[in-house]
Amino acid sequence: MRKISVLLFLAWVGFLFYAGIALFTSGFLLTRLELTNHSSCQEPPGPGSLPWGSRGEPGACWMASRFSRLVLVLIDALRFDFAQPQLSHVSGEPPVSLPFLGKLGFLQRILEIQPHHARLYQSKVDPPTTTMQRLKALTTGSLPTFIDAGSNFASYAIAEDNLVKQLTSTGRRVVFMGDETWNDLFPGAFSQAFFFPSFDVRDLHTVDNGILEHLYPIMDSGEWDVLITHFLGVDHCGHKHGPHHPEMAKKLSQMDQVIQGLVERLENDTLLVVTGDHGMTTSGNHGGDSELETSAALFLYSPTALFPSAPPEEPEVIPQISLVPTLALLLGLPIPFGNIGEVIAEVFSEVEDSQPHSSTLAQASALHLNAQQVSRFLHTYSTAAQDLQVKELHRLQNLFSKASADYQRLLQSPQGAEAALQTVITELQQFLRGVRAMCIESWARFSLVRMAGGAALLAATCFLCLLVSQWAASPGFYFRPLLIPMAWGLTGALVCAGLLATTGLKLDSVVLGAMAAVGSLLPFLWKAWASWGAKRPLAALLPMPGPVLLLLLIRFAGFFSDSFVIAEARAAPFLLISLILLLVAQLHWEGKLLPPKLLTIPRLGFLTPAGPPRHNGTHALGLGVGLLLCIRLAGLFHRCPEETPACSSSPWLSPLASMVGGRAKNVWYGACVGALAALLAAVRLWLRRYGNLKSPEPPVLFVRWGLPLMGLGTAAYWALASGADEAPPRLRALVAGASVMLPRAVAGLAASGLMLLLWRPVMVLVKAAAGAPRTRTVLTPFSGPPTSQADLDYVVPQIYRHMQEEFRGRLERTKFQGPLTVAAYQLGSVYSAAMVTALTLLAFPLLLLHAERISLVFLLLFLQSFLLLHLLAAGIPITTPGPFTVPWQAVSAWAFMATQTFYSTGHQPVFPAIHWHAAFVGVPEGHDFTWLSALLVGTNTFASHILFAVGCPLLLLWPFLCESQGPRKRRQPPGNEAEARVRPEEEEEPLMEMRLRDAPHHFNAALLQLGLKYLFVLGIQILACALAASILRRHLMVWKVFAPKFIFEAMGFIVSSVGLCLGIALVMRVDGAVSSWFRQLVLAQQRAGEHSSLVYTGAGSSAREAQSHLLPPCSQDLLASGTSLFYNSKS
Amino acid sequence: MKDTDIKRLLYVHLLCIFSIILSIFIPSFFLENFSVLETHLTWLCICSVSVTAVNLVLYLVVKPNASSKRSSLSYKVTRFLKCCIYFLMSCFAFHVIFVLYGAPLIELALETFLLAVTLSTFTTVPCLCLLGPNFKAWLRVFSRNGVTSIWENSLQITTVSSFLGTWLGAFPIPLDWGRPWQNKYSVWLMVLTESARETINQMKDHGVTSEWRFF
Repeated sequence: MRKISVLLFLAWVGFLFYAGIALFTSGFLLTRLELTNHSSCQEPPGPGSLPWGSRGEPGACWMASRFSRLVLVLIDALRFDFAQPQLSHVSGEPPVSLPFLGKLGFLQRILEIQPHHARLYQSKVDPPTTTMQRLKALTTGSLPTFIDAGSNFASYAIAEDNLVKQLTSTGRRVVFMGDETWNDLFPGAFSQAFFFPSFDVRDLHTVDNGILEHLYPIMDSGEWDVLITHFLGVDHCGHKHGPHHPEMAKKLSQMDQVIQGLVERLENDTLLVVTGDHGMTTSGNHGGDSELETSAALFLYSPTALFPSAPPEEPEVIPQISLVPTLALLLGLPIPFGNIGEVIAEVFSEVEDSQPHSSTLAQASALHLNAQQVSRFLHTYSTAAQDLQVKELHRLQNLFSKASADYQRLLQSPQGAEAALQTVITELQQFLRGVRAMCIESWARFSLVRMAGGAALLAATCFLCLLVSQWAASPGFYFRPLLIPMAWGLTGALVCAGLLATTGLKLDSVVLGAMAAVGSLLPFLWKAWASWGAKRPLAALLPMPGPVLLLLLIRFAGFFSDSFVIAEARAAPFLLISLILLLVAQLHWEGKLLPPKLLTIPRLGFLTPAGPPRHNGTHALGLGVGLLLCIRLAGLFHRCPEETPACSSSPWLSPLASMVGGRAKNVWYGACVGALAALLAAVRLWLRRYGNLKSPEPPVLFVRWGLPLMGLGTAAYWALASGADEAPPRLRALVAGASVMLPRAVAGLAASGLMLLLWRPVMVLVKAAAGAPRTRTVLTPFSGPPTSQADLDYVVPQIYRHMQEEFRGRLERTKFQGPLTVAAYQLGSVYSAAMVTALTLLAFPLLLLHAERISLVFLLLFLQSFLLLHLLAAGIPITTPGPFTVPWQAVSAWAFMATQTFYSTGHQPVFPAIHWHAAFVGVPEGHDFTWLSALLVGTNTFASHILFAVGCPLLLLWPFLCESQGPRKRRQPPGNEAEARVRPEEEEEPLMEMRLRDAPHHFNAALLQLGLKYLFVLGIQILACALAASILRRHLMVWKVFAPKFIFEAMGFIVSSVGLCLGIALVMRVDGAVSSWFRQLVLAQQRAGEHSSLVYTGAGSSAREAQSHLLPPCSQDLLASGTSLFYNSKS
Repeated sequence: MKDTDIKRLLYVHLLCIFSIILSIFIPSFFLENFSVLETHLTWLCICSVSVTAVNLVLYLVVKPNASSKRSSLSYKVTRFLKCCIYFLMSCFAFHVIFVLYGAPLIELALETFLLAVTLSTFTTVPCLCLLGPNFKAWLRVFSRNGVTSIWENSLQITTVSSFLGTWLGAFPIPLDWGRPWQNKYSVWLMVLTESARETINQMKDHGVTSEWRFF
């Protein structure tokens, strides 16, 4: 029951975290499905004749091209008011002189001189206003969100249909110069390109000067059809100085000169577009959705007259993505498939033609093409995804079909329908705007309420973890109050949900989950406040701030700086090393590191430590140094995030198959297999040391034979995978088949091993062995009733010995002199043995998913967690009667190590860094199991999270395990000095993990505490990520650094919490199995009619096998149910 | 006795601060192009040498612990040599620790080693001056309740906060400010000296509080 409640409580806390994460995510990350359909010339967007019979014309597509060439000048962060014409001060007001106002003087002049050639618009940008998203919008005409759920996460390249793709597919020569982001988005699309790094936002001039160096020569050479330039100076100036800085005036004047130079060189068939991709706030940043960020300037200029009318007084406001269909049709291209922008109708007027009717008809036909294309997109999208509102969709489709029918009718009878055409135009515009509004509603809006709610829920849950974990460590802890408020809250939330469902109110499942979470969390906190807060101050429950909490705080704060998030691969080991050094220093400070004789000086006030140190000094020091070495070596397998210029990834992360030199490949292969063998040998050595290898149980047999088999399979798989290309052609098929089957076989073996372990988790050797004669000599008589605890402690072994004699006598009727005991070997490490076996079994499939050379990191991982556990155990005192505690430094170090391993296995929290090759391990080529690939890639990415979360209970178990290494001599109960004299060499075997079984209540409380502490440490990480992402949502790096970090942390948290619950459940399963094992043993002996003695042997006994020892003093509790049967039957 | 000790302590630390400040300004009269940021390596050398010298002189003058009974020349020489060996060993030990902490192994080795030297001058040299080349005594001072005199107390605090300062100095390294000193690890040193000063201030406070406690 207690076990169930521990698991339930942990699961509930996990659920609270998930609800918080889900709520936050639903407000922060907007998703959209990316379609890969393409428009093409041959395929008009809808039925109906194309105007002007353009299909026959060469070079024309959906519409005849108006311009054959285009110069697109993209000035990053060119806000609308930077380009806004300054009205001459007629009203007598003093002119406002701001550095960014009126600096584009040439633009203003040309607007005044050539009103029919040039036009300035205020282009309205959709959030997120970051450059990459804007570039996507400017070329695809869509509303890119952060996660464009497409088929390809591995690169930033745009998979959707876009202008650049259409241009290259129609054979235009596109020349690009400027920001190298374009290279990521359109790899290989340009006939000529000059990329400049955009990384350093403090550098105002490199990019711009680089462009200017090439711009005019290229332009004069004439070897281009479309010329794109992307200037970064204005944006960088904004980031560095803000718009209100004289530097901005200089930069804008420079841009003005550039535009002037371009206009002077333009030929008649060329269109000039000058636009900003987004604006900037008053502090010069962008990324969010404020007015200043979302207004950009858009300037069109044609050497021939383009506009029928003079410009309006106030420039028109148009959506930014209107540019896409407009440019596409003007250049005679198909409109990109996913475009939802609306053409700028006025540029499609026939200026030379004086007839107003034909001009309107031209506008209407452009709009109709556009609307047909948008309708086609909507239809395709709504069949592929369900995130658009159905009702609105229907309304829009009806609107479109009506407008389209009207248009077709007007085409049939063209005469005298000017007014009717105007109506059609209005209807088409209504349709296009409606579509845009609907898409914005579902794709591009932060929900601040949800973000705040999610973060608050996460924070409250963290607090809950802290509170309950501290409470579970206190002696007066009991389980009942944990579950009651939780049950009430959940029931209430369920009832609420049921009511809502019956009343027909549709509610988001995310909101429902959050409501359930809050509904169950609040009663709990209230109860906690009411019951504990009244008795003692809440502050007493909270842990004392120590250096460890300071380290956690540093980690928490580090999530708020993009530099530290990028550099986390080095920051996490740094913190881990600091923590380890701190642990060693603390041990020394406490006087546990070195033998006291070094430290004691005859002096007052020097307290010698209470007991003799359990470890000698060089031991702990060696552990520390070994750990540092392991961490440093693991750091060699480092993958660089993309943002750091002076950093080169480790060459050891690539698979062996990609290596060229045969000799080096062989050496590396040998090293990998060596690492594998070392890992196996280490695990076996460990199990043998604690004696668990002797048991005849099936899991042990599996460890003895199955693990080497798995190692063999892995090595063979590596050999095949790394040398697949060198295989002779006849064997190709065989090799391919084997390299598919081998990983499956290893995974299957691992799974069967785990099943075996779950079925029979008690790895204990029960042996009826002939005891050493020494045991018999101990049999000293005792008469009279026991009076004190000490007597009892003495008596109980005596009773056993007596029983042992009798039992032996019964079994060996023929020869009475041979003593017989039932020896249970290695009960002391029964929990950890199961954990270590499970972890090893888990590690193999994970190893297969990584590149070969990562196996060295896995070896280091096991080694360093082993060392860390030993080091931690040196500092944790064993409090025998309970309550057991797992200190914060242990949990923090474990979490740091999980993070460190995540990086040292070659991962980075950005999407392009995911190891995609993991999706093809053990899966034949050309498969179609998307969920399986996702599972494999996810397992690969979060391998370290899984291993460390499952292994978390070791933190609790290890100090008990290390007990065996301490000096054997323990204090004797005061009552039996006499006996001690009788058997001076007789030592007691340490109880080790049986101490935990001694106090099941405290054991379960400690497991709960451990789980909550680990969840807390992970929880504050995810909380920090969420807070950072929401506070810094205007930050330059939010979509590049913070949002991916949040996603990875959230996924990692989910994986870790599930792993943690599984690990704890495994320990509980072992515990249950041990209990039933005891029961069976006792029953078996009862059936035998006599009583046997039960002997535990701890570590080290495996060497001298037959030397068995009698039950230790506190055995009454130990055999909880079983021995009471003993006693009862005896009395 | 305590009172005079505290006064001496105060002056010793004031002189140390003074020597650090002097090491910033004085060399610019003798060396061309000297500046703390540009020629940080030179400054490091000068700084550690001057601090060592000041420490040695001061401790010889002040003599906080009773002079040893034996005063033969050979004893003094062996003692001095032992001190040198200890100092070198501590430099190498720190260097190894820095490398384990993540400093590059081959690039910037000189910088890292100079940092180790500087840290040694701030930690090992006072220990050597005060406690002599007696490792057991060092261990005693840096454990709980191991402090016997106010000198040792000051030693404990200075050393620990020098380590802390060096540790804090690593934090600006990943920031993307694009300053050259970030990558050169000399920032460790910057904050290290900062910390030494801070330490000494703290020491003064400590001295004042203990003074207050004694009277």
